Amino acid sequence: MSLAPLIVTKDLTKTYHVGEMDVPALRGVTMEVYPGEFVALTGPSGSGKSTFMHMLGCLDQPTSGSYRLNGRDVAQLSSHALSRVRNAEIGFVFQGFNLLSRTSALENVELPLLYSKVKARDRRARATAALEAVGLGSRLDHHPNQLSGGQQQRVAIARALVNNPKILLADEPTGNLDSRTSIEVMGIFQTLNSEQGITVLLVTHEHDIAEYATRVVSFLDGRVKADHPVTSRRDAATDLAAFLAQRHEEERTA
Amino acid sequence: MSIFMTFLIALKALRRNAMRTALTALGMIIGVSAVIVMVSIGNGARSQIEANIKSAGSNIVNVNAGSGPMGPVRMGTGNTTSLRVEDADAIRKEVAGIRYLSPGVNIRAQVVSDTTNWGTQIQGTGEELPAIRSWPTEKGSFFGEQEVRSAGKVAVLGSVVRDQLFGPGTDPTGASIRIRNQPFKVIGVMSKKGQAAMGQDQDDTVFIPYTTAQKKLLGIQHISNMVIQAEDGVPLSRVQAAITSLLRMRHNVAGDQDDFSVRTQDEMTTMMTSTTDTMTWLLAGIAAVSLVVGGIGIMNIMLVSVTERTREIGLRLSLGARDVDVLLQFLVEAVVLSLVGGAIGLAIGFGASYGIGRFMGWPTQVTSNAVLMSFGFSAAIGVFFGFYPARKAAALNPIEALRYE
Repeated sequence: MSLAPLIVTKDLTKTYHVGEMDVPALRGVTMEVYPGEFVALTGPSGSGKSTFMHMLGCLDQPTSGSYRLNGRDVAQLSSHALSRVRNAEIGFVFQGFNLLSRTSALENVELPLLYSKVKARDRRARATAALEAVGLGSRLDHHPNQLSGGQQQRVAIARALVNNPKILLADEPTGNLDSRTSIEVMGIFQTLNSEQGITVLLVTHEHDIAEYATRVVSFLDGRVKADHPVTSRRDAATDLAAFLAQRHEEERTA
Repeated sequence: MSIFMTFLIALKALRRNAMRTALTALGMIIGVSAVIVMVSIGNGARSQIEANIKSAGSNIVNVNAGSGPMGPVRMGTGNTTSLRVEDADAIRKEVAGIRYLSPGVNIRAQVVSDTTNWGTQIQGTGEELPAIRSWPTEKGSFFGEQEVRSAGKVAVLGSVVRDQLFGPGTDPTGASIRIRNQPFKVIGVMSKKGQAAMGQDQDDTVFIPYTTAQKKLLGIQHISNMVIQAEDGVPLSRVQAAITSLLRMRHNVAGDQDDFSVRTQDEMTTMMTSTTDTMTWLLAGIAAVSLVVGGIGIMNIMLVSVTERTREIGLRLSLGARDVDVLLQFLVEAVVLSLVGGAIGLAIGFGASYGIGRFMGWPTQVTSNAVLMSFGFSAAIGVFFGFYPARKAAALNPIEALRYE
């Protein structure tokens, strides 16, 4: 690829201090991600993939090593500059959705706009557009407890996208979802990646979910064990059609 | 984030836990209303005292005969014989800015009418006294310069004495009374004046010319006091100083052994109100303790709130909230809580002050100062007690906050 890399990490380490003990979570990760990639970070729990993603998302500081985001050394950024990065350049999707309860879908999606300089009038319009883009245009005023898990995750995706970030970081986004909704959510990611060119990094420990990406990086014990492109990439739209056909067949025979 | 949005979010968060918000605000409500009530009672008492002192006339300087050495015997206040009419004339002549002056001689005596008698205060005064105290007669008239010069046996009754001797509402003008076996002709009755600052009934008195009191009743040459009214706009302290130095010169006073005292109305006011002021501050201080307790309640609930909403804080941080945004969010919440409590407390304090004035008959007065102070206090308490929880929230690590169970 001729483009400059979006993400460059060199020997990134992270050590947690638990009581008297030093617990290394990352033991030196060197990696480059180019614009437009769809990367799945896999590995068993405790392998450091989530910790690595938090570093990439500027939610946590590395113990040593360097991280350059879009050409800037993140270690040099002030806490306010980091807030701006999290606000405008990166969108987060969490396993537990992390929506504010007793707050409408629309207001949840507006949340990142409150922390950027978007006028009140534009906020509503942009949040509405983001929800429509994930197929929830008719559920703007629903509260999280009135939505299914898949719908909640789509609200969370709309929230992550409302500020038009370059990077989408998803931490086990399908962990709490059934297989059909998982495919739907992966479909949204694939569309965002292919049609809007958003760089997607996805943490998952499910092998089949990782195959929706273009590249799989597997972690073990805080190091990168393998890094290879996906040879037979899955297409969510095709999978969903097959899934529905099978479901239909089952219902017919039952 | 705009401060307006921060306010909206704070209001929303407070509404979410309506019961908890109400109970927390209750601490502030009690504190603020207590302060308002205490201060209003104190202010009411103070303004009543001031009104009483004002009722004695304005721009008043009192000269009283004091104690002084009479050979080896040291006499008590009011017992010296050195204060004389000549002093009064000298003051009139030499001290600038004096409008009226009335020398006084007081006697306690039995007043006898044809049918009954009454023990009261006989005040020998000059003819200018009604003008000084802006005190008109109800019936007849006050004695004039002529009666004073000739030591006429005329008397003007206070309304209480009239009531006691002749019956309420009667007009005894022209009747005859006896004081210390001397016949006096009643020429007038004063209108009702009520209690004086010290609490004595100003209407329970009889006025006669001071010359009559000196010559016909007591056989003395001295006077016991002077009531002086200065011209408007003349500083009383200057009049006081001029009188003091004049009398010192005339009485050959050595050092500070004054045989007289000169007091201005301002001094009286200060003296009389200092006690109520002390009481007011004491009561308000006690009430302020409950305000502090209310503040601690706010701090407590804000700490609980920060812990409960740790995940929300983590989420907001991950979505781009700066630590300042989180700090402000919780600080504004605490301030809104304390201000709402303060506003309700203010309303209750107003109502209670009014009720106390109305049903218990105590004078109360809610001043704008007390209102501003309690509002300022509530806001300050919100900031002070809200800051620690808010800073705790702002200092959270986003990842740890997001993972908080």
